[in-house]
Amino acid sequence: MSMNEQYASAVGGANELKEGRSMEAYTDLAGTDHAEVSKDRTREKTVGKPLLESAKMSTRNVKVFYDDKQVLFDVNLDIGANEVIAMIGPSGCGKSTFLRCLNRMNDTIDSCRVEGDLTLDGQNIYDPKLDVVPLRARVGMVFQKPNPFPKSIYDNVAYGPRIHGLVDHRAELDEVVETSLKRAGLWEEVKDRLHQPGTGLSGGQQQRLCIARTIAVSPEVILMDEPCSALDPIATARIEELIAELSENFTIAIVTHSMQQAARVSSRTAYFHLGKLIEVNDTEVVFTNPQHKLTEAYITGRFG
Amino acid sequence: MDKLSLDKHISRQFNSDLEGLKTDLLEMGGLVENQIADAIRCFEELDTDIAQRVIDNEDTIDELEVTIDEQCTLVLAKRHPAASDLRMVLAVAKAVRDLERMADEAQKVALMAIALAEDGAPARNYPELQNIGNGVLAMLRHALDAFARYDVEMALSVVKDDQAVDLEYKAALRELISQMTKNPSSISKVMNVLWAVRSLERIGDHARNLAEHLIYLVKGKDVRHVSLSEMEKQVHQ
Repeated sequence: MSMNEQYASAVGGANELKEGRSMEAYTDLAGTDHAEVSKDRTREKTVGKPLLESAKMSTRNVKVFYDDKQVLFDVNLDIGANEVIAMIGPSGCGKSTFLRCLNRMNDTIDSCRVEGDLTLDGQNIYDPKLDVVPLRARVGMVFQKPNPFPKSIYDNVAYGPRIHGLVDHRAELDEVVETSLKRAGLWEEVKDRLHQPGTGLSGGQQQRLCIARTIAVSPEVILMDEPCSALDPIATARIEELIAELSENFTIAIVTHSMQQAARVSSRTAYFHLGKLIEVNDTEVVFTNPQHKLTEAYITGRFG
Repeated sequence: MDKLSLDKHISRQFNSDLEGLKTDLLEMGGLVENQIADAIRCFEELDTDIAQRVIDNEDTIDELEVTIDEQCTLVLAKRHPAASDLRMVLAVAKAVRDLERMADEAQKVALMAIALAEDGAPARNYPELQNIGNGVLAMLRHALDAFARYDVEMALSVVKDDQAVDLEYKAALRELISQMTKNPSSISKVMNVLWAVRSLERIGDHARNLAEHLIYLVKGKDVRHVSLSEMEKQVHQ
């Protein structure tokens, strides 16, 4: 992946990348029995509380197809301002696909078609006239594998504010870099080596660098696709701590395979199964007394 | 096997961990049941041998409480149970505590029997004690059956029975107080009977707790401190 492509996926650049992420999208679908999915298209209502009175992002009847294969079925979900919502479910359930719809990352996959209404503050994000670059600055994304640019720590964070023209002069940029690194909990560790390459940091530090890069453009929503799966428990704990702090200012949607992580960091949890949104409830309900038997089976490890 | 499908985990070791918790709980319940039956008998017959046995067996029950608690801790630490599995572990941990307290109360009944025997009281039937004793024994048996079969209806019947036992307890108190008023020289002896009756009534309360833990386990509803009608409403929701 070229640097610009990486950037497109990280904070929303001008380049529509045509490959790169697409392999991952398909791997996520591996293992799904598509025949079974298409056989069972009856509309089942999501149990719990998928909708909110006021939502930061709203999705209605979202359907996603890869070529003629439907992988998401009528997802209706609201994401509230400043909430942390976790999306869980077995591989191939559509949770990552859904997450990637929220900042149109699926646009980068030729065969992918998204239907339904998706809005950010009431504005249709799939409006053909809408420019995805500012959208991805408003809805940022952090990926599974930390992907810092082969640039200095400073330039990694400064890249977004520079290309989006958010700063006028050097002092202002310095301040944005410092604030972002502080918010990402990385400042103390890197303040004396800001001009060394970001790739020289440890995995956990790199991931916090990517989070700093994401928040440097002041997004409103941060999407996280398994942000800790490549990290050790200590780095994971740091990121989780960070998620709690960031939720004061940002809305966060996180896809995770670690159910304990979902239980720890989120206030609401959405459970996906074979492309359907099965249950959305307060996290405490989902992990103590889930309403749907599929949710229960998944979180208690009862799938054979 | 059962509607909680505790045997349906991907991890068979997890299945057997949870099965083990339940088996041990029921085993401990059986021992406590014997203790209570013995305590009632030794009181009726003022048989100090049986009373001594009840007191000696108390250690075994204490050990079981500690062992099962340890197993619960291990399951929590290793398996991070969620939903019904989590409720299973919590319910068992709470239930063993109630069982242990029941055994404590049985031991107190045995101690009262010894005190009465040493006081030279004649062996005679204590009808108050017998009624309440049989009532709470049946409650415990039903509560354990409810655990064995995840039967919330049976658990509800235990709660109902507890109300009946409470009424009998009040009647017994009145009777014992009137005996003491009529015959003040008997006060120390009647007090021993009164303590024993009170211990049995407490056993009934613990049996009711067991039933409430079971309802929490099966339904995920916390029904402590609510009226019977409210409990029925929540269970049948």
